[in-house]
Amino acid sequence: MRFTKDHEWISVDGDIATVGITAYAADQLGDVVFVETPDVGKTVKKGDSLAVVESVKAASDVYAPVSGEVVESNGDLSGAPETVNAAPEAGGWFAKVKLSDASEVDALMDRAAYEAFLGTLYARNNGPDALPPPHA
Amino acid sequence: MSEADLKKTPLYDAHVAAGARMVPFAGYSMPVQYKDGVLKEHLWTREHAGLFDVSHMGQARLRGVAPLAAFEEVTPGDYIGLKPGKQRYSMLLNKQGGIIDDLMAARPDDDGLFVVVNGACKDGDYAHMESEIGGQVKIERLEDRALLALQGPEAVAVLSAHAPAVADMVFMDAAVMEMFGVSAIVSRSGYTGEDGYEISVPAADAARIWNALLEDERVRPIGLGARDSLRLEAGLPLYGHDLDETTSPVEGGLNFALSKKRREAGDFPGAARIQKELAEGPSRIRVGLKVEGAPAREGAEIADADGKVIGVITSGGFSPTLGYPIALGFVPPAVAEVGAKLNVIVRGRTQAAEVVPTPFVPNRYVRKI
Repeated sequence: MRFTKDHEWISVDGDIATVGITAYAADQLGDVVFVETPDVGKTVKKGDSLAVVESVKAASDVYAPVSGEVVESNGDLSGAPETVNAAPEAGGWFAKVKLSDASEVDALMDRAAYEAFLGTLYARNNGPDALPPPHA
Repeated sequence: MSEADLKKTPLYDAHVAAGARMVPFAGYSMPVQYKDGVLKEHLWTREHAGLFDVSHMGQARLRGVAPLAAFEEVTPGDYIGLKPGKQRYSMLLNKQGGIIDDLMAARPDDDGLFVVVNGACKDGDYAHMESEIGGQVKIERLEDRALLALQGPEAVAVLSAHAPAVADMVFMDAAVMEMFGVSAIVSRSGYTGEDGYEISVPAADAARIWNALLEDERVRPIGLGARDSLRLEAGLPLYGHDLDETTSPVEGGLNFALSKKRREAGDFPGAARIQKELAEGPSRIRVGLKVEGAPAREGAEIADADGKVIGVITSGGFSPTLGYPIALGFVPPAVAEVGAKLNVIVRGRTQAAEVVPTPFVPNRYVRKI
């Protein structure tokens, strides 16, 4: 898995990248009550809005970590948006994107780098000596 | 405003200790949710009892020779007719009949009026009252008091264990009474649609009382996130979103707060506009909408069946109790009838919406015992 600073993850199999949000992001959002996934065939550029997740409080964009064409959308989420909270890095995926530029994957963080990034976020919010939460 | 400039309520440390996520709200650092999260907190309040810190709100006493008559000069409410021990909802109106703020004013004792206004508006409210009726009343801001709300079907059982007399109050009763060893100003009211109480206590005692209430297993702390979704389900407008200085009480669906006597007398700010709207109908009116698909939030456009934009959503979200999105918005009266089929535009897509009665979730106020 690779990660963005906006807390998306991708898992690459051949030239297909599955996209979701991290456990940290799902926890920050709170209970997800609605998910808008992209239509199959939609072309996205890295950084475009790929999906929208809604909690009770607010709507948040999920950005495409890579460029490409949407080849599959997770239709299960329309009836079970809570899957994003229950299994953010598994069944809570949003879409599968056929990569148009495989080199974009290499620019993303690996898990160790992402967890170090979460540590810096936590320290900024809670002071340098604060211990990060267990999932960070 | 930076984090450092935010004010703290007397319960700030208690919120942080309870694992609250703190956010800026009305100039204060306030808990938006605790560990349970908005959805569980919302449902807990509907089933048991939720405890809210609303100490950011403005509490004041208005005292003078005739404080009730003076208060009628800035509101359309029947305060001269307000009996001791009762509370009444009203609003400060500007000269155009627009709402400066909405508020509760009560006579919990014989010490003038006890007024509670919105936190984000309080400085402006006090300045307005000072300039309009400052010659007749002395306005004392009760900065040394905290305000708690205990809401939900089990609130009466929880609070009456500490102060039996609260069980004898009905909706919109107000009283001063001893509880937790302090003199509290209590009303049987709230902002959730549930039965419950709002309790003003000395700031120095607030954390002790907060913790004592939380010792009851029926009580959990509830953040501003669930406070907002609860009031939305109850169809209660939120000032600054559903109401502002351009909105009249008639447009805002608040005719219940305009007494017959005051309507006929027309002796309140903006009376000409409000009397005209009462007689001829307003150009827009607040409605409740049941929304299909994604939640339609503040700012989303409302369109008629032909796609013409006719109004705007002023607050909306997902209803945890009902399991679908609901919203409040303003439309012309011609399409405001219950059952009217409209559309809302969310992220460029048109979604069906239907005008439904408010409250969306029936309220459970205790009007007689």
